[in-house]
Amino acid sequence: MRVIVPLQAVVQGRGGLVLGSLIPCALFYFFQLYIRRDRPSSSASNLPDLAAMPRSLSRGLLSPRGASGPARLSSRGASVARDDDNPDYVGLKRCAEDPYHHSSNPHGLMQLGLAENWLSLDMIRDWLVSNVKEPLLLDEEGELSIHGLATYQPYDGLMDLKMAVAEFMGQVMQGSVSFHPSQIVLTAGATPAVETLSFCLADPGNAFLVPSPYYPGWDRDIKWRTGIELITVPCRSTDNFSISIAALELAYNQAKKRGVKVCAVLVSNPSNPVGNLIDRETLYDLLDFVMEKNIHLISDEVFAGSTYGNDRFVSVAEVLDSENFDRRRVHIIYGLSKDLCVPGFRVGVIYSYNENVLAAASKLARFSSISTPTQCLLISILSNTKFITEYLKVNKERLRDMHALFVDGLKQLGIKCARSGGGFYCWADMSKFIQSYNEKGELKLWDKLLNEAKINMTPGSSCHCIEPGWFRCCFTTLTKQDIPIVMERIHRITESN
Amino acid sequence: MGVHDEEILSRVATGDGHGENSSYFDGWKAYDNDPFHPIHNPNGVIQMGLAENQLCLDLMQEWIRKNPQASICTKEGASEFKAIANFQDYHGLPDFRKAIGRFMEKARGGRARFDPERIVMSGGATGAQETIAFCLANPGDAFLIPTPYYPAFDRDFGWRTGVQLIPVRCHSHDNFKITEAELAAAYRKARDSKIRVKGILITNPSNPLGTTMDRETLRTLASFANEERIHLVCDEIFSGTVFDGPEYVSVAEILQEDPSICDGDLIHIVYSLSKDLGVPGFRVGIIYSYNDAVVSCARRMSSFGLVSTQTQRLLASMLGDDDFTTDFLAETRRRLMHRHRAFTAGLEGVGIRCLQSNAGLFCWMSLKPLLKDATAEAEVELWRVIVDEVKLNISPGSSFHCAEPGWFRACFANMDEDTMETALRRIRTFVRRADGAAAPRPKTKKRWDATLRLSLPRRLEELTVLTPRLMSPRSPLVQAAT
Repeated sequence: MRVIVPLQAVVQGRGGLVLGSLIPCALFYFFQLYIRRDRPSSSASNLPDLAAMPRSLSRGLLSPRGASGPARLSSRGASVARDDDNPDYVGLKRCAEDPYHHSSNPHGLMQLGLAENWLSLDMIRDWLVSNVKEPLLLDEEGELSIHGLATYQPYDGLMDLKMAVAEFMGQVMQGSVSFHPSQIVLTAGATPAVETLSFCLADPGNAFLVPSPYYPGWDRDIKWRTGIELITVPCRSTDNFSISIAALELAYNQAKKRGVKVCAVLVSNPSNPVGNLIDRETLYDLLDFVMEKNIHLISDEVFAGSTYGNDRFVSVAEVLDSENFDRRRVHIIYGLSKDLCVPGFRVGVIYSYNENVLAAASKLARFSSISTPTQCLLISILSNTKFITEYLKVNKERLRDMHALFVDGLKQLGIKCARSGGGFYCWADMSKFIQSYNEKGELKLWDKLLNEAKINMTPGSSCHCIEPGWFRCCFTTLTKQDIPIVMERIHRITESN
Repeated sequence: MGVHDEEILSRVATGDGHGENSSYFDGWKAYDNDPFHPIHNPNGVIQMGLAENQLCLDLMQEWIRKNPQASICTKEGASEFKAIANFQDYHGLPDFRKAIGRFMEKARGGRARFDPERIVMSGGATGAQETIAFCLANPGDAFLIPTPYYPAFDRDFGWRTGVQLIPVRCHSHDNFKITEAELAAAYRKARDSKIRVKGILITNPSNPLGTTMDRETLRTLASFANEERIHLVCDEIFSGTVFDGPEYVSVAEILQEDPSICDGDLIHIVYSLSKDLGVPGFRVGIIYSYNDAVVSCARRMSSFGLVSTQTQRLLASMLGDDDFTTDFLAETRRRLMHRHRAFTAGLEGVGIRCLQSNAGLFCWMSLKPLLKDATAEAEVELWRVIVDEVKLNISPGSSFHCAEPGWFRACFANMDEDTMETALRRIRTFVRRADGAAAPRPKTKKRWDATLRLSLPRRLEELTVLTPRLMSPRSPLVQAAT
């Protein structure tokens, strides 16, 4: 440690270098204690992202203690409320203010940042109208009664819906594995499903290893309220952003050195944002890895039914079925927002092989239960397995067509996409159009795309991608006629760069 | 739980924060094992521990039948299906927020205004309470709460948030009113123990008391919060169930008529349609805050408990129908008053006194004369007798952290009139039997042992209790056969 100049006198006197180092260290240490003396006495350091909290705080939020200060929020409340510069929020807000419509607002903003599937909703609507009679009012006996819908029901979902969802998941996985209703906890969306599961698996201050790029929503779903840290494990474009066990191993050891307890590995399959599928061998490796480290594996499979590539989707459930792994550490997140195109209805699934996790999660589900009329509606839809089989088939075909068109369109602009087999996104390499090969350059391009080309794409940095220039574009909110318009708008930006 | 799992699961998962391990659970188990049914099981346990409002479901049913366009699954409403199914904006449907605001205003007789932009959704009132706690307090912080209070607050407010609730004792001799002295004492004590108090949590109308707070008490609370710069969270979930005078005063009204009484940034209201409309299954929780940062934060956190858009659409339509809501609120009040009068009169007939109340779906009755002695243990013993022998699942005051033994909460709005009569009959029989059995003893039932302290013993205070939530979906309300 270098000697601090003002203490040269100390160094030159008795004690020398030791005192010259010790004294500033001691002063610094006591200074830290002094400024932290008023902090709450809780021992767990569970105030998330303190380092990330901007220091310039608005009037309403921080103040010295005492009767004259403004009203204070909690630390996590304050940082959540202030998170306004996040490209996700900015993009969402702008699109909501000026949404594109091919006839009424042709110059509006095109939203390619939100995973919604508009391609197949008409099938569900048509089926409903012709098949379901006043579902809100019919009870088991077919009698008109609101009774069963209005009163308190089990917080983790009606058993009938669990059975219907288990059946649906089996169909989605194309019959390669069957799911048991007793291993399901239903929640109001995959968002609370992930949060609830996280609360069960880790304490504040613990961490999950997450291969990146990853779904930006996890920064919210997992970090905000649980106090769990997400440790990014970067994947590379050189191997199509596949998961590397060596990288996981490295990240695990680094965390251990820092004294951070890693509790789980969190992956999405099909991946959001890349869209690639995890192959069987990697799934084996992941299971070996988590067994060796005595941690959990969380597989977010919300896009399992939205595959379009040539490779077959393999769920971690399928691998577990066939091999002798310790199942109690494996958990699957699922939902109906993507595969059934009904994000508004809020249906998420925690599927676990661990009965203690299920017991805890079902109690926690009280904070995010699914509305009963919606449950009844979905029981009707999902119970008709013939319709569902047809629906899944047609949906995949439409996804495949749209994906092909979109990727082709980008190819003609000289933009390559990562090889993908499922999901609603293309992961596009626009690095040759950014001026400086870093996050700043990427955000500049994002800004241009948003404000000049009027297209909202998700920049790779939001997904924690280690290589700048990658963008996530959703193609499922588009019609065939929209695609040339999107390409033309992108071209306006890329030709000037 | 195996040793192995203890290592790899969190404290939230392996701990007792869910509050379901207490002996209070036995009442629910008793009901689940032997639920009352007038025909199939007339000697079963009658569920009187669930504050559910089933008196006006027929009105809602009628409205839904007459308005098929409100449902997106009917031919009339199908044109909206795609837009509704896809809508996942956490702001919620604008019509829904407007309708909720309007309904809240109506329930307060138009004496308070609500801005739809401040309405935030959550997963039921349960989710709303938790979200507010996340927004306002850090782990280890505390909220003051007057006793007796809804048992599930311990879980909803504190389980995942790490926030603790500090009771402010209220006593029967002044009808359980909150006094400034008790409030200040509790606050001081917390501060002296180095606990940071972030706010006060009240329920108005009160659960379990069924009383509405008077203007003076509300103003006192608001000034206290303002002076100490702490938050005031008001759970107004029963605001539409006020069936009698005095007129209901909401904290919104207090703030509106005198903005100087408290900084608006400190006032927050939690609401839900579970009680007023009788639709807990719809999972509609609302946070209304006068603090912009809290609205912003709570809105972002509402992703964890958004209301299904199908439900939003239906309710936007229903609550947007002014004629319907006016009639509904009036009829609910009328039926509740009728039910309340019948029940309390029945109890009075056998000498059981209820706290005078004008709201809620329950009554707060004193069974002190039936206690062996004035202790919490005796209360629990009496409660077990009532559950196991009288076959009524009522809720003992200790589960509500009541400072005095002998009080019980009995819900009467989740059953039809015949079932209520059956319950009253059973109570009458039990009381007369108890009277008869007590004949050789001296006439006065009150055996206040001067040396006996009335504070709750340690282990009963640890009874973190199960909310009056239903373990099974069945309820004693039987569909009319004719």
